[in-house]
Amino acid sequence: MSGNGKAPMVAVEGVKKVYRRDAEEVKVLDGLSLEVPEGDFVALMGPSGSGKTTLLNLIAGIDRPTAGKVVVAGTDVAQLGESELARWRSRNVGFIFQFYNLIPVLTAEENVALPLLLTSLSKKERRERALTALKVVGLAERSQHYPRQLSGGQEQRVAIARAIVADPKVLVADEPTGDLDSKSAEEILALMETLNRDFGKTIVMVTHDPRAAQRAHTQHHLEKGVLSL
Amino acid sequence: MALPITYNVRNVRVRWQLTLLAVVGIALVVTTIVFLTAMASGFSLALRATGRDDNAMVVQKGANAELTSGIGRNAAQVLLVDPRIARDDAGRPLSSPEILVVASYPRKADGADVNVSVRGVTPRAFEVRGGLRIVAGRQVQPGLPEVIVGERVRERYGFEVGSKVSIQNKPWEVVGVFASEGSGFESEIWGDLETMAEPLRRQGGYQAIVVRLADPSTFEAFKNAWENDPQVQVSVSRERAFYEAQAGPIAGALLGLAGFVGIVMGVGAVFGAMNTMYGIVASRTREIGTLRALGFSRRAILASFLTEAAILAAFGGALGCLLALPANGISGATNSANFSEIAFAFRVTPPTLFAGMVFAVMMGIVGGLLPALRAARLPITTALREV
Ligand SMILES: Nc1ncnc2c1ncn2[C@@H]1O[C@H](COP(=O)(O)OP(=O)(O)OP(=O)(O)O)[C@@H](O)[C@H]1O
Ligand SMILES: [Mg+2]
Repeated sequence: MSGNGKAPMVAVEGVKKVYRRDAEEVKVLDGLSLEVPEGDFVALMGPSGSGKTTLLNLIAGIDRPTAGKVVVAGTDVAQLGESELARWRSRNVGFIFQFYNLIPVLTAEENVALPLLLTSLSKKERRERALTALKVVGLAERSQHYPRQLSGGQEQRVAIARAIVADPKVLVADEPTGDLDSKSAEEILALMETLNRDFGKTIVMVTHDPRAAQRAHTQHHLEKGVLSL
Repeated sequence: MALPITYNVRNVRVRWQLTLLAVVGIALVVTTIVFLTAMASGFSLALRATGRDDNAMVVQKGANAELTSGIGRNAAQVLLVDPRIARDDAGRPLSSPEILVVASYPRKADGADVNVSVRGVTPRAFEVRGGLRIVAGRQVQPGLPEVIVGERVRERYGFEVGSKVSIQNKPWEVVGVFASEGSGFESEIWGDLETMAEPLRRQGGYQAIVVRLADPSTFEAFKNAWENDPQVQVSVSRERAFYEAQAGPIAGALLGLAGFVGIVMGVGAVFGAMNTMYGIVASRTREIGTLRALGFSRRAILASFLTEAAILAAFGGALGCLLALPANGISGATNSANFSEIAFAFRVTPPTLFAGMVFAVMMGIVGGLLPALRAARLPITTALREV
């Protein structure tokens, strides 16, 4: 609970998510509720198939609940239409993926500047902002490199720069260290801590790695579609 | 809101192996269409007089071709006083009475004997017919055994300026070469009408008379008046229409063939492009999910993939045009209604190339449409799950 009475950054209320595979119904989330206060760094843990990614996708506004309510940064996500939701995401959510998901034909700087194409910023401003974001992740000198010229850890740092370039309030990360060696993973986690502490980003991170989860302030465990303590 | 085009250009470049098949397919279609169109346009040009809209062509009643026509000199005289015919400052009618015979010469390429039209004209002919010019040597002098030859004749029979050609067993000196904007006249030999009339045994009359109308809108009246005059017994048509009627069925068939082949091959190429684009979309599924997650709209994704298909097709189109370019100037030949050979040059014109490019891009867009729609419609979560 957000002790100071402020509205939470993320409020998930009684959310159900049912997938229909042919005639068969798969209940992935079953009346799940969760609140994440502004500025929190949350780790979602749980066995494979427990619905972690599903929950994260609902919070990030790339999926809709079957029932229940998801309010993020003051917006009831399910109420938005397709294109409104897309615009909302571009302003409020930064994505960090397990496999970085950089665009291979774009340079680091172009990848980072991608979300800014959805703003009214000029080309020059977009460049400057992208370079600033790359500085934050310590890769300014790699701005003209293509993803294939970077190591996994560096790619993930570029992806993080892309996630923060439009200055969203919430960062969602699905196993951000899942594909990295322990040293790179450590760097990424340190970077995420910095973003949380110094830049005030609210972070929701799905992870299998207990060491990664320990870096978060709050840990939630998912089991068969509900939170367990 | 849109994704930058550099993104598509680089994707096409990076994945060129994947796109090669579609590019080559589209290129072949464009080459074929440009080639056939070049042939048809050279052909129809050759079978058409440069054709002014205000010229009327008068031939013997019922004659479809000049060679089978004959108009007596008396009838011509009667006709030429018609007030609808334009006149020069001296009051003389702007008309070109012409005689025509067929001679036979060995073709340079293979030595085969080929019929060539020989036309006797007055000094006014260039002015009345229009579009004619001397490109080498000079005009003939009335009274002397001189001729000028069309460019195709010089090319195909080797009749250079200064050489002699035999017409009705008499030698005539070639004093000039003329061009007529690609028309069939370039496959003819021209001389002075009065000088030629007697040796060619055409003293009695003309094969055709071309007259310039002072006001083209009076054509129908002019036509009706003379076609219904029992004294002169003539048929009147617009100059352009007269020659187009001769070219019509063949040139039309050629253009039809170009269209048909274009459509059949085009359908194949569209499926090729579609297949390639499906492959491209499949290989970039996660990328599409990522872009959508970042906030790019379905429409932006759709536009981006259509753009990519168009770029790919434009490469194919450019390659196809390049392959077809050497066809420009290739010469072919056909028989005219006068039983003589008419040579024509394939004409690869900028509008033909442009049309080829437009067709290519259209094939790309049609082929890209379904795959692009699929890309745009993918649920984000499904797309992101893809490896
Ligand atoms: N689009 C879908 N259609 C059908 N079933 C789905 C779909 N997406 C997820 N599921 C199912 O929902 C369940 C939860 O999936 P989810 O990806 O949220 O699990 P997870 O906790 O992230 O697992 P992991 O740790 O392996 O990533 C799984 O059983 C999965 O098969
Ligand atoms: Mg998962």
